[in-house]
Amino acid sequence: MSANVSNPIQILRRVQNMMDWLPEPSDFRRDLRQSLEMASSADRLHALARLAQHRLGFLETILLDRALGRLCVERVPGFSNVRLAILGSATVDHLAAPIRVAGLRRNLLMEVHVGAYGQYRQELLDSASPLHTFCPQIVLLSLTARAAIDDVPVTATADEANATLGRAIDEMRVLWTKAQEAFNATVIQQTFLNVAEPLFGSHDRVVSGAPARLIARLNDQLVEAASAHAVSILDLARRSERDGLNAWFDATRWLQGKFEIAPQAAPMYGELVARVVGAERGLSKKCLVLDLDNTLWGGVVGDDGLDGIVLGDGSAVGEAHVALQRYAAQLRDRGVILAVCSKNDPAIAEAVFHHHPEMVLKRSDIAAFCANWDDKPENLEVIAHQLNIGLDSLVFVDDNPAERARVRESLPMVAVPEMPGDVAQYVGCLADAGYFEAVAFTPEDRQRGDQYVANASRTDAQKSAPSLDAFLAGLEMSVIFGPFQAVDLNRVTQLINKTNQFNPTTRRRTAQDVSRFLATGRDLTLQFRLVDRFGDNGLVSAMILRPDPNVPDLFEIDTWVMSCRVFGRQLEMEVMNIAVEAARLRGARAFRGVYIPTAKNGVVSGLYPRLGFSADPRPLATSGASGWLMCLADYVPLGTHINRKPEVSVG
Amino acid sequence: MTDQEILGACTRILQDLLSDDSIALTMTTEREDVPNWDSLAYVSFIVAVEIEFGVKFPVADVESFSDVGAVVRRIKALMAGP
Repeated sequence: MSANVSNPIQILRRVQNMMDWLPEPSDFRRDLRQSLEMASSADRLHALARLAQHRLGFLETILLDRALGRLCVERVPGFSNVRLAILGSATVDHLAAPIRVAGLRRNLLMEVHVGAYGQYRQELLDSASPLHTFCPQIVLLSLTARAAIDDVPVTATADEANATLGRAIDEMRVLWTKAQEAFNATVIQQTFLNVAEPLFGSHDRVVSGAPARLIARLNDQLVEAASAHAVSILDLARRSERDGLNAWFDATRWLQGKFEIAPQAAPMYGELVARVVGAERGLSKKCLVLDLDNTLWGGVVGDDGLDGIVLGDGSAVGEAHVALQRYAAQLRDRGVILAVCSKNDPAIAEAVFHHHPEMVLKRSDIAAFCANWDDKPENLEVIAHQLNIGLDSLVFVDDNPAERARVRESLPMVAVPEMPGDVAQYVGCLADAGYFEAVAFTPEDRQRGDQYVANASRTDAQKSAPSLDAFLAGLEMSVIFGPFQAVDLNRVTQLINKTNQFNPTTRRRTAQDVSRFLATGRDLTLQFRLVDRFGDNGLVSAMILRPDPNVPDLFEIDTWVMSCRVFGRQLEMEVMNIAVEAARLRGARAFRGVYIPTAKNGVVSGLYPRLGFSADPRPLATSGASGWLMCLADYVPLGTHINRKPEVSVG
Repeated sequence: MTDQEILGACTRILQDLLSDDSIALTMTTEREDVPNWDSLAYVSFIVAVEIEFGVKFPVADVESFSDVGAVVRRIKALMAGP
């Protein structure tokens, strides 16, 4: 540690550059002033959110948060409200402002409750505590390893060490369950910073009672237990390995005021928290759009030719481009959609994918391929449209600062990382930016890449079919359906929280909510998979129907979501046919559907009338929302080209 | 940098942190003289000053700065090097 401490200035500098994928603000103080001079509070909020998209240091983060607090806004269209409580065993007060600022970066208005110093157990367990009054939607536990294992002597036997670890994990389980049950909150558990000093040196890894080994094992067991409790992880331990412990922990600050997370690292801490919160709410990016020349390979293929570009073998620069391709391929394998947006001759660009021996990415890995001479923002709109996802789901990677600036200016919702000057740093920069943060890895994620390839085949089939009807008939579609099963929990939760378009109510549900629907049996839950001759589209639609407490034979469509990948396939009609039959078996005589408009769900604005519902004249609490009713006795099944395969009996 | 320049920069940082443009630090100002300069704001002030000047105060200093003048003199000494 002494070697690092002797150069604390360099550490400070490194910490200030932690968030280097974000562009520098041109003039922070001027921009902040101008933001606050805008006419309406909504305009001021939008301006502050734009400013939050920039690289902000320690002081800038505090100033932006101060300005946000002065706006006194409560609800603004386009922004979601989140109540988060951070509970710590050390000082965590300095983390609230960075969490709010990083939330603002994602259009989240975060209200943060900071637990009293070291009082996390009492606050959680005492139902009269301020925490219970606050009633958080998210509980973030930011604890120190010292609190858990400090009493273990280095002479402890393996059994003694195990017993202490077991007790520490058991206590965490109690706290998690309490937070989940008392508030129905999503719990985020931070991994323990491994602040233990080397005692034996490398041999620490071997000694049961060595503090460094204890903390490492505690983290391993913590992550396993968390996963079993549907608790999300904030992996600060891993992050500090990447940045160096001294970027996160400053002994002076610990001694001065029990700050385990160094204040200068707090802006990055806020970013890490907001990523997990964003991932829970379906705000993570979905698609990586790559430039070609000097991004996927070195050189300009139009000038240098297929043989002249720098890629792979024999060149360090060529290997750096291969490394970026490998990383993109790994992202594809975990469910991120890949696209290309390049100023190029399309035939020449495609030829590289087909014929260059060092290409890691194949043409079939790319779900949308735009190589032409058009403006890049236009092409990005084409890509979003083609993939049926929002522009705010795109990350655009381009080595050219002018193209990046152009896209940022015309499409501010597209994420555009500042790429480093050195191609060797491309992968690290993209990875550190954390655009694709996830809280689950589902079978659908694993298959997504193949599903987009299958979609391309479907598009070809559609082009060659004489009519839409003939195309749909030729797809040989089957729907497999049944009530929610425990095994579907992750995917159903993911679908409910990530679906913005086919989602009439945009109600978000935590994994606990969904498992409760599954357990009580009071409500009717249905999940649907769509299979056709090109492949399995996976679990693509889910519905929750709840009997009205006052009129039990009136079933309210509480939640209905469908993946954008299967729009235009008549699935919504078959889903309604199935839902009506299943609900009749439960004694339902009428359905009620509600449409609550958002910026993104226009596609379902006419859904209920199209399916045969008529307008419910009763007024609704939400402005702009409309209610729709259908009497099941009058329901005539809708004709579709989809066959049925019930998975298990419904009803 | 002169004492006055360092003092000016410290004043701006504290004005920012406490959202109070009326703060006018002198070499003899003590923490108790400035309204709302609580312990969290003090830590934030120290961190912001360290970042601004590229220095790192030893723990003995941050615990015992008697007045703003002591901070200014320490910054000057640290900037001059060992």
